[in-house]
Amino acid sequence: MIVPFEQVLFVSGVLFVLGLMGILIRRNILFVLMSIEVMMNSAALAFVAAGNRWGQPDGQIMFILILTLAASEASVGLALVLQIFRRFKTLDTDAASEMKG
Amino acid sequence: MDLVFWIPALVAIVATLLAVTNYNPVHGLLYLIVSLLAVALIFFRLGAPFAGILEVIVYAGAIVVLFVFVVMMLNLGDAVVEQEKRWLKPRVWAGPAVLCGVLIVELWRVVWPAGATHPLSDAVIDAPHVGVALFGPYLLAVELASMMLLAALVAAFHLGRHD
Repeated sequence: MIVPFEQVLFVSGVLFVLGLMGILIRRNILFVLMSIEVMMNSAALAFVAAGNRWGQPDGQIMFILILTLAASEASVGLALVLQIFRRFKTLDTDAASEMKG
Repeated sequence: MDLVFWIPALVAIVATLLAVTNYNPVHGLLYLIVSLLAVALIFFRLGAPFAGILEVIVYAGAIVVLFVFVVMMLNLGDAVVEQEKRWLKPRVWAGPAVLCGVLIVELWRVVWPAGATHPLSDAVIDAPHVGVALFGPYLLAVELASMMLLAALVAAFHLGRHD
């Protein structure tokens, strides 16, 4: 017997909260970017489960769009990480707070 | 109890927890790959084989490998592990961990009420269905996604220059 929709949503929510915790507790930019990937992946899981629930392909289409978003975000974010490391010689997020905003 | 769903779900949760709390960036990335592969298995179980294949190829095979390449270029040594150990004190992670635990319990209470369960179907939505919908009603979204990828390409090229 296949699992109920609510349990998949719960697993997706747990993964999202774990990613949120990663963003809150880490100071290393690489780990913050990894946590963002985890959060987007959990949202994609919720979309695919909803697509199965209503028997429509729309959930998987949202998954593909989230995938392109994650790929763009990773490439731009990692280019920024390289620039920050080149300029400040550290991956500390607090090192790049020069704007005093 | 659907073991084919719950085993990869537990693997994904444990691997994600280890990925976000690891001291070593490379070990964290390897745990992240395990987590993504487990989610790909869940996609296969949910009747979405195309999404599962894309998860393996694009997420685990391209995005995380990009992270691994960047870690390789940064040439992080043991000093980073020591720094992470200094940063990740219980005083730092205790508060967010407690709040996130409260959020998880509340999610469980809200999303998973007793008696109100909607069963998923065993029907498979495979690549042809997704492709027909993707290039039919969602054509504009595909074009916008391609423009976003182009913008990301230009931005990454611009930011990654040496000067």
